[in-house]
Amino acid sequence: MRYSAFSLVRNALSGNLNWKPQWRQPQPKPHYDVIIVGGGGHGLSTAYYLAKEFGVKNVAVLEKGYLGSGNVGRNTTIVRSNYMLPGNEPFYEFSMKLWEGLEQDLNYNVMLSQRGVIMLYHSDGQRDAYVRRGNAMWMEGVAAELIERAQLKKMIPFLNYDHARYPILGGLLQRRAGTARHDAVAWGYARGADRHGVDIIEHCEVTGIRRENGVVTGVETSKGFIGCGKLALAAAGNSSRVGEMAGLKLPLESHVLQAFVTEGLKPCIDHVIVYGGGHFYISQSDKGGLVFGAEIDGYSSYAQRGNLATAEHVMEEGVAMIPGLSRVRVLRAWGGVMDMSMDGSPIIDRTSIDNLYLNCGWCYGGFKATPASGYCFAHLIARNDTHPVARALRLDRFARGYAVDEAGAGPQPNLH
Amino acid sequence: MASLITCPHCGVRPKEEFAIRGDASRGRPEPMDSDEAWHDYVYVRANPRGRTFEHWHHIAGCRRFLVVERDTATHEVYSVVDAVEFLQRAER
Repeated sequence: MRYSAFSLVRNALSGNLNWKPQWRQPQPKPHYDVIIVGGGGHGLSTAYYLAKEFGVKNVAVLEKGYLGSGNVGRNTTIVRSNYMLPGNEPFYEFSMKLWEGLEQDLNYNVMLSQRGVIMLYHSDGQRDAYVRRGNAMWMEGVAAELIERAQLKKMIPFLNYDHARYPILGGLLQRRAGTARHDAVAWGYARGADRHGVDIIEHCEVTGIRRENGVVTGVETSKGFIGCGKLALAAAGNSSRVGEMAGLKLPLESHVLQAFVTEGLKPCIDHVIVYGGGHFYISQSDKGGLVFGAEIDGYSSYAQRGNLATAEHVMEEGVAMIPGLSRVRVLRAWGGVMDMSMDGSPIIDRTSIDNLYLNCGWCYGGFKATPASGYCFAHLIARNDTHPVARALRLDRFARGYAVDEAGAGPQPNLH
Repeated sequence: MASLITCPHCGVRPKEEFAIRGDASRGRPEPMDSDEAWHDYVYVRANPRGRTFEHWHHIAGCRRFLVVERDTATHEVYSVVDAVEFLQRAER
């Protein structure tokens, strides 16, 4: 189904009874050229770009739950490309550029809102670090602006500028960054992939990976055996479990990250604001709710729910930055399972098995990477060659001594 | 829930008092062991779904390293022992 103003009018006049489902519900075929495990944002975008850009159309996406039930529907919808390291920034900027053309490409309203992401600094040292980061962004051709305190006060007057411990001295702003509607991204990619002939098979859990003579021949699933020429894993928080089925031992730990949304308010927060005294970040959804989150809970977890103490800590950070938040009621909190890598950066690579490909380690930054992750993963699967912007995101970088550690925290995932 | 940890030295304490190091079952290689052994020790994780043993450091209490046995899917805590006792049990 293709959307246009005409289709909107026509369906409105016929009582909105004739809208078609956006993607088929096919039964699995016995064999596909490529099977993608995981029907989240990255799996779906991989399938979409495989079919559209790389001409691989005999593709299935296997999702154990319903489509969008994992992290793609659980994140805080922020898209940005304000990374520092040369191994990361070109990749995220590639993603940002794909975001900017995504609605036209998909013919789907993903509600991309380039409202600007501002990261606050609270000390001279932190200002220096952000100047450095901004310059690193400019080196890769990405605009960054340092906003000093007086200017920031005009832009965002409601912040707690004179906090005793974390006074707000300014911020680093990326104007092109912002938010997108996360569910629409999943649905848009699913519909796009489906229209290019990709089979999206929901409620189909992979229970085993069959191998013969050192290559993958297919997957055992809750809907029976499905053969494949190439197998691509995009299982996010469950990557270690799926990898284990093929004998892979991965540099990952699964952790739970919480997110929160408040009651709907009139428009009050125009940007995405990131607190520099902790991990707290906040934006306002188009429905009016304030969407925010902060640190992971700290212990490894596969539960899609978090700890109350962490919720309290997140609220404290928020109120330290915006005192007015204390008056707002929280409606909902939820948790998602993050595939935390050992350096805080993702992995898009081949594995020791020739026709098995791996996409994981997104930590809590996977949503913004959805387009580029899919594009680069599809490039890798179709051509067996790493995309230029994903060159640093290799699985063997730890063994070679080329970790891409933005936070400088070392191989301790609960600190990234 | 893993919100409260019963420290064998200090009693029931909130999880905020602890720094979590992670998997307690992997053994540290010898200094001259192979690069692969060290790579596996430093970077590779079993990352189990279910029961696991972890080192928790009671930094805001007795400052002892503890071994917490808990479930990563249900967050249930089964046992907490001092790391030395854990080692002695493993050797027995």
